[in-house]
Amino acid sequence: MDIKRLSRQTCRFLRPPGVVSWANVGGRLERQGPLGSYFDVTDDDSFFGKKTWEQGETEMQAIALRRALQKGGLTPEDVDCVFAGDLLNQNIGATFSLRDFAIPFYGVYGACSTMGESLSLAAMAVAGGFARLAAAQTSSHFCTAERQYRAPVPYGSQRAPTAQWTATAAGCCVVGAQSEGPYITHVTRGRIVDWGITDAANMGAAMAPAAYDTLTALFRDTGTAPSDYDLVVTGDLGHLGHALLTELFRRDGVVLGDNCTDCGILLYHRIRQDMHAGGSGCGCSAAVLNGYLLHGLRTGKWQRLVFAPTGALLSPTSTFQGESIPGICHAVVLSRTKEAQR
Amino acid sequence: MEYLNAFLCGGLLCAVGQIILDRTNLTPARILTGYVVAGVFLQAVGVYQYVVDWGGAGATVPLTGFGYTLAKGVAKAVAEKGLLGVITGGLTAAAGGIAAAVVFGFLMAALFRPGDKRQR
Repeated sequence: MDIKRLSRQTCRFLRPPGVVSWANVGGRLERQGPLGSYFDVTDDDSFFGKKTWEQGETEMQAIALRRALQKGGLTPEDVDCVFAGDLLNQNIGATFSLRDFAIPFYGVYGACSTMGESLSLAAMAVAGGFARLAAAQTSSHFCTAERQYRAPVPYGSQRAPTAQWTATAAGCCVVGAQSEGPYITHVTRGRIVDWGITDAANMGAAMAPAAYDTLTALFRDTGTAPSDYDLVVTGDLGHLGHALLTELFRRDGVVLGDNCTDCGILLYHRIRQDMHAGGSGCGCSAAVLNGYLLHGLRTGKWQRLVFAPTGALLSPTSTFQGESIPGICHAVVLSRTKEAQR
Repeated sequence: MEYLNAFLCGGLLCAVGQIILDRTNLTPARILTGYVVAGVFLQAVGVYQYVVDWGGAGATVPLTGFGYTLAKGVAKAVAEKGLLGVITGGLTAAAGGIAAAVVFGFLMAALFRPGDKRQR
């Protein structure tokens, strides 16, 4: 009998692990955005007091982890393992940030879906009894991502109208068996979905099919509809990708209502901050979750929500070689109370 | 009149680049090299000289002007040295521009720290 495994994709937690503490870090534009007041730490210096932007991004992850531990009254020794990743080559944002913590570490790469992937794995590690406390963390930085994926910032290239803005932000979430909530009741693991989009400046379109695939599986496996949740928040589809996702569901006769939104839409003022198609980057969904969303769940603003960050799994080389962009989406159902429906 | 022509010519070339950037999914680097190649091609068929005569610096400063210099340098070197000029002419003519780019690039990198894309 599969009681934990509802399908190949969706897992249900019989004893839902809970979120113990969380923290997020942001830059200046994130502070100036609509969610500015939900940040634990912001710094107007994009270097975060370091010499390079890569070191700055590393510092953001370290700050997020340190702050999350502090908020939970924890020390690094309390955490059995951390799942972390970022967008830099060889995941150095995550690995370098953990140099001084001595916490057992699993590196994950899910592009902008990393928060969903790491949180799913942390929840499963805790629910399986393989860790008492597990952390999930990730980051992105506008200036390092430009260097990594496009051209260094001093090159001064223009962004296409469909392009999204990589958030300078990090988030860390500590999951444990003992918690006052919110709780993680289900996870739906994403599959690689590629509908042939080759435009690296239009990642919302590349990721929308993955979000559609994962959310369809989640709704099917749990017998729920989007309206059963107070909030369905996808990762970084942005304005364009969110519109495409709405259209994909509309074709199936499923309405994505006002309770469905996207971290890339929430993080910035689209017009006032001239964000084109919205925010993106691992740090975008990580910062929205580990501030606005978890705070809202704990204070009772929402009872149950779906957090479904999406990732565009391209590399600079694959873009130059004209390859299409595979997308992925990992969904996590978070609930204020432990009672998992179905 | 000279200034107006330069303004119009340079502005027009930039406007075309902006439209390409907004309407296609070509990356800035591809548009940049495309402009250089277009300048070479237009001068090779003898058209760009007319644009330079009319637009002055408005035609020579944008990237198409770099292509024009390459093509013109090759033509000149071939006339002087024969076929070897195909290899040497372009870079000889563009040497000033290339050396200036390297020197000023180095100076800026040594003097300044990169800043945010947006300061406000």
